Amino acid sequence: MKNWKIILLLAAILPACVTINIYFPAAAAEKAADKIIDEVWQIKDGQEAPADKPAETPEK
Amino acid sequence: MKKLLLSFVMIVSMFAANWAAAAADLEVNTPAITALKASMQARHGQLSAFYSSGAVGLTKDAFIAIKDATAVPLKDRGALNSLVSAENADRANLYKEIATANGHPEWQNDIQATFAGRWIDKAQSGWFYQSGGGWVKK
Repeated sequence: MKNWKIILLLAAILPACVTINIYFPAAAAEKAADKIIDEVWQIKDGQEAPADKPAETPEK
Repeated sequence: MKKLLLSFVMIVSMFAANWAAAAADLEVNTPAITALKASMQARHGQLSAFYSSGAVGLTKDAFIAIKDATAVPLKDRGALNSLVSAENADRANLYKEIATANGHPEWQNDIQATFAGRWIDKAQSGWFYQSGGGWVKK
């Protein structure tokens, strides 16, 4: 009777799949934010502020 | 036995597909979000001059604020105030709408924090943004 092993496995893995969805998707949010900001500020590709500010890069 | 295994695989792949779809993109195409974007885009025509002159700056909490009212003639300050409040109201709604559109109202603060960084990153040089306790010219 191996069924209980599989049920145990199910019980362990399924909640993990559901839980992971609750975490905030930071990368997707950045992507969405960029898209919205580009539209609101009408920024075209390559038209962003010049990258001559070294002070901003360390934030990443 | 095999059936059980098969159904297990099916269920797992179902969840995996769900999760992959959710992770790939946030839903930002609801009518409410589209309307907010349009409203903010229209307002930006009036606001951009104030960003450049330093009258208005980007706050670190993803809103805007009057940084130097003296950069604006006295008679225009009332209009500037209403512009800033209207923009901030739209922004607050935007962050809330994105969170609720994705079924996670509790994400609102995270979304707002994400926007805070992105607004500043995408700001034109010469615009002011809040950093630490003060204003910084980009």
